[in-house]
Amino acid sequence: MEKTVNIFLFGKKYEVPENLTIMTAMEYAGYQLVRGCGCRNGFCGACATIYRIKGDKELHACLACQTKVEDNMYIATLPFFPLVKEVYNINEISVNESVMMQLYPEIYACIGCNACTKACTQKLNVMQYIAYAQRGDFEKCAEESFDCVMCGVCSSRCPAGISHPQVAMLARRINGKYLAPGCGHLEDRVKEIKNGDFKELIEALMQKPIEEMKELYNNRDIEK
Amino acid sequence: MYSEQFKESLALVEASREKNIALEPVRMTADEKEKVLASFHPDYKADEFETLKIGPNKGDKVPKELAAILQAHSRITADSVCLDKPDYETDVLVIGGGGAGASAAIEANEAGANVMVVTKLRMGDANTMMAEGGIQAADKPNDSPAIHFVDAFGGGHFAAKKELLAKLVCDAPEAIKWLSELGVEFDKEADGTMITTHGGGTSRKRMHAAKDYSGAEIMRTLRDEVLNRKIPVIDFTAAIELILDENGNAAGAVLMNMETKELLVAKAKTVVIATGGAGRMHYQGFPTSNHYGATADGLVLGYRAGAKLLYAETLQYHPTGVAFPDQIFGALVTEKVRSLGAKLVNKNGEVFMHPLETRDVTAASIIRECSERGNGIDCGNGLGVWLDTPMIEKIGGEGTIMNRIPAMWRMFEKYGIDIRYEPILVYPTLHYQNGGLDINVNGMTTNIKNLFVAGEAVGGIHGKNRLMGNSLLDIIVFGRNAGINAAAAASSVNLGKLTLSHVEKFEKEIAEAGINTDTVSPKLLPDYTKKR
Repeated sequence: MEKTVNIFLFGKKYEVPENLTIMTAMEYAGYQLVRGCGCRNGFCGACATIYRIKGDKELHACLACQTKVEDNMYIATLPFFPLVKEVYNINEISVNESVMMQLYPEIYACIGCNACTKACTQKLNVMQYIAYAQRGDFEKCAEESFDCVMCGVCSSRCPAGISHPQVAMLARRINGKYLAPGCGHLEDRVKEIKNGDFKELIEALMQKPIEEMKELYNNRDIEK
Repeated sequence: MYSEQFKESLALVEASREKNIALEPVRMTADEKEKVLASFHPDYKADEFETLKIGPNKGDKVPKELAAILQAHSRITADSVCLDKPDYETDVLVIGGGGAGASAAIEANEAGANVMVVTKLRMGDANTMMAEGGIQAADKPNDSPAIHFVDAFGGGHFAAKKELLAKLVCDAPEAIKWLSELGVEFDKEADGTMITTHGGGTSRKRMHAAKDYSGAEIMRTLRDEVLNRKIPVIDFTAAIELILDENGNAAGAVLMNMETKELLVAKAKTVVIATGGAGRMHYQGFPTSNHYGATADGLVLGYRAGAKLLYAETLQYHPTGVAFPDQIFGALVTEKVRSLGAKLVNKNGEVFMHPLETRDVTAASIIRECSERGNGIDCGNGLGVWLDTPMIEKIGGEGTIMNRIPAMWRMFEKYGIDIRYEPILVYPTLHYQNGGLDINVNGMTTNIKNLFVAGEAVGGIHGKNRLMGNSLLDIIVFGRNAGINAAAAASSVNLGKLTLSHVEKFEKEIAEAGINTDTVSPKLLPDYTKKR
């Protein structure tokens, strides 16, 4: 007989095996999930969840697919949070802090409570990356926020109404497009292909009989 | 921390680590590969396949579970949906909100077409989001699209449609450039040189990555761009049947709200199926690394409307799914772990193969180690072998794991396993649908006009096995291609009267073939209630 724990889904008690995640425990209890379930592997942020262990004052946030159930866990899912996503043209924006003032001015109303960081399901230093965004240091903001899955828990806890994941998304795109060093060998190769430099080679390969292709494949040299 | 049951084997792995790092395992010969595949790869287990009795691929063998949904009843009857007053009208209808769908939508919008996206979950809920390791492109001086072609053609058992594969490899550098210009952050040296590694079966280091969030980084950027362009996204809405016009051309889809079950009609001049893969069908009982919505919907929609499938009998089992702990059973351990130097080790601490053979060969070899050779480790939910991650830090230096594969570290750390110091347990997991709908190089199906397909729902780009990093590549190359061509085709379409007569016809074929089934499809979501 496997060991079980009592959990409370939206306040209702269920007894479930102790080795389940919150997500599989919900399914064990009979929920057919539509909302609040995505990649089931910790990458998509669909299953943001808040919970409190009975008798404990602290409120925890997690991803339901990545968190084991505990006894007396009170669970509420947060399958959608109204983040503010401003639209912009990536080809026409300015790449200094003025873009943040324009699109996400509320980041300057941050009161430094650090609730976002404490709530982050990925254990990111959210308040720090917002500070970088305020200063227009998009490279650092991008680096610090890179593992963000945009679940929105940080924003749900923010007294200043900041949509942290969207601020970071903008910073990463600016960094990727404008601040990261350009790539010479990529530009060269794109030009060579446009110029038709490989056309004959490829066409010759396409004409080769399978036996010759096998020979070529089985004897190709492999870079160490 | 591993419990007592693993300690004995773990000690052997640790004792052999230095020796195993120094070891250069030999690659298998072509004959050895053939042999291990025929004996141990799941695609070769004849009794797991069924012959299709109806439809365009009548007589072909596909996995039993796929046969069941391809030859199932529709969720609607042809006369129960009124097609006269469509809820949506658009030039291009994109079905699916993953990497291929988003790329198609962006390019169709760029071309000036009206485009809308329907997706049964949220925009970005897709296997793209979960792709960890990287994206291939032959953009280094020692590499070329021709070498990329040979690697992929051979890796796919010389079965790829050559013109599709040629497009894939020739458009690859441009795809990386396009993504970079959208703001995707690829790993680079200080001078801008791309940091690239090997994948299984590559002969040049051409795997570009964004740490081990490569797919997530691409997907979130594409999603952001779709939203910036104000392309309508109808989320939590599944396509459950294609609509044709009286001439047999694609003309839209019947949609279903996933929450209210309300039926809606979308009329479109061209349709792009970008519905992704099938991992959640759990072929042969395998766990899967796939997204919750990966249920082969596009294959069902296309098949019922008369579109042909190619290589639907070939699936990819990723060699390294998580075998332990239970909570993440079947989840993906990126191939990049092996690209960075970790080797596969059996219960006796022996390296039993070269870690970078192609995926099908590696998976079959792991299955052999755990079955015939009896060298697997009992992981509770099944057998597994070690993937010796601490080798990475010894080879690449301290900090390599946190720098290059932080998501892997995070996934195991939650269960008390620090992959910098402890190896992990792996076993093959259902990962990718090699086959799918048959298309021409313009992205259109070979036998239904104005029906385009992109991404994992396509068959033939990779042949019968896909190399790591060629899927993120194909969703971009063929997603964009489908969007551009669907927009161009839409400009000259004059739709005839809309019809669902193909649904009626298919029901008749089911009856005439004597197929007795209660199954309805597309499946849309797996049912995991009370299954554990």
